[in-house]
Amino acid sequence: MRAFTRAFTVLILIFLYIPMIILGIASLSSGTDVAVFKEFTLNNYGELFRDAVLLPLLLNSVILAVSSSLLATVIGTAAAVGIHRMSGRLRSITMTLTNIPLTNPEIVTGVSLALLFAFVGRAMKTNNVMGFLTLLIAHITFNLPYVILSVLPKLRQMDIHLSEAAMDLGCTPIQAFFKVVMPEIMPGIISGALMSFTMSLDDFVISYFVYGAKYITLPVEIYNYTKRPLQPKIYALFTLLFIVILLVMILMNILQARDIKNRRRIRPPDIISKLRRAGS
Amino acid sequence: MSKELIRLEDCSMAFDGELVLDSIDLCIKDSEFLTLLGPSGCGKTTTLRIIGGFQKPSSGTVLFDGVRINDVPPYKRQVNTVFQRYALFPHLDVYDNIAFGLRIAKLPEPELSMRVGEMLEMTGLKGFEERKVDSLSGGQMQRVAIARALVNRPKVLLLDEPLGALDLRLRKDMQNELKRIQQQLGITFIYVTHDQEEALTMSDTVVVMDKGKIQQIGTPEDVYNEPENAFVADFIGESNIIDGIMAADYQVEFFGKKFVCEDKGFGPREPVDVVIRPEDIDIVPADAGHLCGTVTNITFKGVHYDIIVDFKGFKWLIQSTDYQPIGEYIGIRLNPNDIHIMKKSVYSGMFGDYSSYSAEYDEISDSDIEYEDIEEETLYEE
Ligand SMILES: Nc1ncnc2c1ncn2[C@@H]1O[C@H](COP(=O)(O)OP(=O)(O)O)[C@@H](O)[C@H]1O
Ligand SMILES: [Mg+2]
Repeated sequence: MRAFTRAFTVLILIFLYIPMIILGIASLSSGTDVAVFKEFTLNNYGELFRDAVLLPLLLNSVILAVSSSLLATVIGTAAAVGIHRMSGRLRSITMTLTNIPLTNPEIVTGVSLALLFAFVGRAMKTNNVMGFLTLLIAHITFNLPYVILSVLPKLRQMDIHLSEAAMDLGCTPIQAFFKVVMPEIMPGIISGALMSFTMSLDDFVISYFVYGAKYITLPVEIYNYTKRPLQPKIYALFTLLFIVILLVMILMNILQARDIKNRRRIRPPDIISKLRRAGS
Repeated sequence: MSKELIRLEDCSMAFDGELVLDSIDLCIKDSEFLTLLGPSGCGKTTTLRIIGGFQKPSSGTVLFDGVRINDVPPYKRQVNTVFQRYALFPHLDVYDNIAFGLRIAKLPEPELSMRVGEMLEMTGLKGFEERKVDSLSGGQMQRVAIARALVNRPKVLLLDEPLGALDLRLRKDMQNELKRIQQQLGITFIYVTHDQEEALTMSDTVVVMDKGKIQQIGTPEDVYNEPENAFVADFIGESNIIDGIMAADYQVEFFGKKFVCEDKGFGPREPVDVVIRPEDIDIVPADAGHLCGTVTNITFKGVHYDIIVDFKGFKWLIQSTDYQPIGEYIGIRLNPNDIHIMKKSVYSGMFGDYSSYSAEYDEISDSDIEYEDIEEETLYEE
């Protein structure tokens, strides 16, 4: 049984990663046919970095991912603090409302955002609203729940009296947040930001509905490429994209593991407080 | 010592329509050690939070130095708090925790380090400056919390069950140390505890609370010797509480006999509660006693024996250094100053009867619960 489950796990991993591996190999091959590996070359990468179309688009995507994830992190953290302060029923309603976009099909989100922007564009009497701003708003929108969901647990784990203790020692509520609460929930904020960054960097579906000719992101352009015969430099691009996202994910996991380790160390007083509650 | 510092006037607090504090009137004098004492849930923390500014009373007035401070936020009050679970800042080391308030006040660095140094000295934390607070023991965290509050030189220090999480020995040491610090600095301490012994040993004034109401305010001697009602008599120390009738001034009647007492000013034949402390009762041979009864239980307590004696179906607790065998028919003598008379209250008949006495009346094996809890914790860790 044990051997079987192991074999099964390996099989699943192969299934998950084999497309990426093939892509990686193809990106290092000199031919255009994925099925045959001709000879090892870095030419595809060289060509990619000389490409006058793709590189600016990559820059577009990175700029969008950085700005939307930063803004989503700021807004999402503020929202999480607000939700955390809410009382029981109101909080659960807000949480449900926050969670729905997570399960909502992306295509639905994309279409509805596109409709909204078109409507606003008409109201403002501009016939071409789609561009950086609409992409930014759309990306912030779908990133928000991820930030909220990674910050909220940190707020819950925090000793509720910390910000009161800060105010007791002379902090205004705002000072108390920046000096005491924020350092405490930082791991949640960082993982929310990283998650937003990756989500935004590789988003295609929603972006496809709200981009404009003025500002095209890499995934959208790649989709256009796939309608034509694929050039090998695209393989190189995909591989790089995969590696970047993989690195961000690994970073996130390391940060989380470190956070859990820190928490372990705080256990003794935790037990004491538990005992107190049991004793009195 | 006699100047008034804080006054609560007719303060009430309701959460979701539930009255948690009911018309509290309380006056706290400068540099006094005042303790709020009462069972869990009686509103001690709420009272403290009102003084600290973390909660606004639903009605009533809070005065500080004669000025109304209901709407003054915590960061503008000359009050600092030692929180129930310390609430130390985990991302800062011991030094930075203590320096926190002074940094907010933008104190120049040389003076800041001098004052933090003083606090480290006073609380015995020298050498721990760079330790992370979560690597400290409970007692050390406690000291950091006290130092972090006192370094700001507040007029008043609020302490919410600060020693609750410590073991017995450490608790006794810290009690003495807190008292020493309070006397050395001459600041007002408002101290919350549910431990009556702690309240009696440390305080200048004890405020006994129950169900959101103040039951009695007085010196430790007052509340012990002259309890206001059956609740206070029972909560502070052990008490036998018997139904009695005032026959006349200085004369009370119970168990069909008249006893001389030191109380007067009751109505003719007014029903009263009679308090007799277990340690005040003298055991004598049956034929020499005012009252006679049979020993039904005896437990060795170290300094004394707890003896349960049945007087006509009503069981008393008597504490004596002499052993009495179960079944022995003994007599007791009561001197006038052993008898304390209280007016009838809502608490009459609820306390002071040892009929259901069991040897573990202190705490129902507290340690067992704690032990199980730890084991559970470690299991989850795996
Ligand atoms: N923020 C709150 N919301 C609702 N009820 C509360 C709140 N704070 C305290 N209470 C209630 O008020 C009562 C008194 O609480 P507290 O002052 O903490 O008592 P104590 O400190 O004496 O144990 C308790 O019944 C508690 O449940
Ligand atoms: Mg409390």
